[in-house]
Formats: sequence, C-alpha cells, structure tokens
Amino acid sequence: MNCTKCPTSTKAVIGLPRHNAAFCKGCFTTFVHEQVARAVKSHKMFTPEDRILVAVSGGKDSLALWHILLKLGYRADALYVNLGIGGYSEESHRKVRLYADTVAAAHGATLLVHVVEQEAGAGIRELATVLHRPTCSTCGTIKRYQFNRAAVEHDYDVMATGHNLDDEAARLLGNVLHWQEEYLDKQGPALPASVEGFAKKVKPLCRLSEREIAAYAVLNRIDYIVEECPMAKGSKMLLYKEVLNRLETESPGTKQRFYWGFLDKQAKSESAPESMAAKDQRTLHPCPSCGQPTTADTCSYCKMMAKAKTAAH
Amino acid sequence: MIVQLSHPTRQVEIKGPKRTKELLRELNLVVEAHLVIRGDELVTEDEMLADADRIEIRPVISGGARANSEL
Ligand SMILES: [Zn+2]
Ligand SMILES: [Zn+2]
Repeated sequence: MNCTKCPTSTKAVIGLPRHNAAFCKGCFTTFVHEQVARAVKSHKMFTPEDRILVAVSGGKDSLALWHILLKLGYRADALYVNLGIGGYSEESHRKVRLYADTVAAAHGATLLVHVVEQEAGAGIRELATVLHRPTCSTCGTIKRYQFNRAAVEHDYDVMATGHNLDDEAARLLGNVLHWQEEYLDKQGPALPASVEGFAKKVKPLCRLSEREIAAYAVLNRIDYIVEECPMAKGSKMLLYKEVLNRLETESPGTKQRFYWGFLDKQAKSESAPESMAAKDQRTLHPCPSCGQPTTADTCSYCKMMAKAKTAAH
Repeated sequence: MIVQLSHPTRQVEIKGPKRTKELLRELNLVVEAHLVIRGDELVTEDEMLADADRIEIRPVISGGARANSEL
C-alpha cells in the first residue's frame, strides 16, 4: 500500500478506510494536525493567545493531544492526577513525567501534578471500598474536580481532554440506548465556561479515531501506557467501543457518521451549548465547603471526601 | 514469527509468510482496534510478514470511566 497523497508514491504506514486513503509518516502527521486544527476552528475551542491546561493520564490520547498542541504552537501545560492505583499509577506517572521532561519542557510547557493519596489519605481502591462506589465513577469525580480546580486557580483559559471519536461515539451510543437526553445535551466537543468557577472544556481530538491517535503516538515515539487501567475491566464503554469497531470494519465511516450526524443535529436545535449555559447559571451555586460550582448543597467531591475521612477513623 | 500480544501480555509463534490482515484474522482480532508493529515500524494491512519478523499487535482501545464521564 502506497501513500495516496505523495506524488512519488512513498510506502504507507497506515491505511484509513473511512477516508479511502493511506498515508506515509509525513502525510499522516500532517493529516492528524489538520484534523485537530479543524476541530479547534469549527468549534471555536481556543486561540493562540489562550493558555490551555491538558488533562494527561499517561495514555496515548492525552499525551498525543499535548504533543499535537505543542507542535501546532499553542501554549499548553498539563495536569496529571495520581490516583494511587498501585503499579498502574506509578507507571503512568513515570511516562507523563518522562514526556514532560524530554519533550514538553523544550516547548516551555510545564506539568502540574496532584496526588490523591496526599489529600485523602488513601488511593482510589481504598476510597471506592469505603464509599461503596464503583471505582470508575469515583475516579471520574476526582479527576473532574481536580482538573477544574487547577484550571481556575492557575488562570487557564480552557481545559482540554484527550477524548477521541471512539470515546464520543461510544458515549453517544450509551446515552441513546438508555435515552439519557439530559446527558446528550452536554456531549459537545466544546462546553462553555457557563458560570464563574467553571473552566471552558474542549475535546480537540474529536475528529480522530482511537486507532489514528495510537498510530500517531507510535510514529512520533511517544512513550505511553498501553495497559488498560486495572479498574476499567468489563466496563460498558469498552463493550460499546467493540460493537462500534465491528460495525466500522464492515462499513468504514460508521463512527464518524454517527457522531458528526449528532453534532449537526445538535447545532441546529435549541439545546445548543449556549442555552445550556443559561440553564447551568440557574442551577449552579458555589459549594459551601470548597467554593467550586455545584447543583447540590455540598459538591459531590466534598461529600465523597467527608465520607472517606469518617470511614477511615 | 514471534507475535507479542497484550491483555493479557503473551507471545505466540505464527507460521509465515503471511499478510498483516491474515495474521489479525487468524488471531480473531479486528483491524479497527489494533496496530501492527514490525520491529519498531508501523505496517499496513497488506504488508507481507516473514518468519524472521518480530511483530507486536497493540490494542488501541482505552478507557472505562474516561469515556462515560467528562474525563
Ligand atoms: Zn505521503
Ligand atoms: Zn466542594
């Protein structure tokens, strides 16, 4: 298979059935950068002046995102939240640190680190046990909270996550299967800073498949953690992704048509992010304990930490 | 050829020569969810793999919570 873009027919390193194309390393890198630039532009995610905080986990998506933003010349720092999941967290922390020191530092970018164990006195596994909550949701609550707090405290204009096309399509499938319409409203690639204390959130990788991002990481020698989080085994999202990948293999472009079709409809309907911001402003107020915005009386993070502390004594 | 796999981490020996596509089919793996790496180079589905090659088949699917919440 040769590169479909090079006039000299260079050997391709990846075939992209959904685009009816195959690319060599150079053309593929250009393709990935263009897809991110298009997502940033069409969803008005940020400008070259904005300071961006990338949530990094040590996995391919977040490290590739940080890499692409730096290569495109954006001002992007990163936050790593160490959840204390034994060897998995140690390994992912090491990979993030290595990337920050060897690549990001040369672009003048810095890495912020938050260690959950230092604050809570326990890792995620212990927290999930005392809270009787499934671990993935505990982990999600903590990451979301720390990420937003860091973005607001350090005055970042926007927070960026490594969600890719597969993540968004799988989540859309889950929400549609259960008709969770209130979640559908919040599924755009750019969520505005609806209230004081909530940073703007964007997903610049939403036009790229998981496989394309993994290929980008491999081709750019980004050392990421390949192993699945040990807590994620058997998750519904993994099942939805597998189903979508089987459909994609039979009929290339399915994931993209499914998710982009949804975004088109959303853009035309009145449940667009703007009216959502108005709704948030009506329902959100500062948490009495930590000051971060919440719809409940005390935010879910503070409630969780209080429970963890009581249970620990 | 020696083929390195993940989830769980293991090695299997497969008889070559064989196209990448056929190797994946033989192992019952979907193209869309995997990358095939020879040595340290990415190869396409139509590439011919030989007995002497060292191959890694790397899964690309990640995430449990990351996908269903905001992070
Ligand atoms: Zn090319
Ligand atoms: Zn709070």
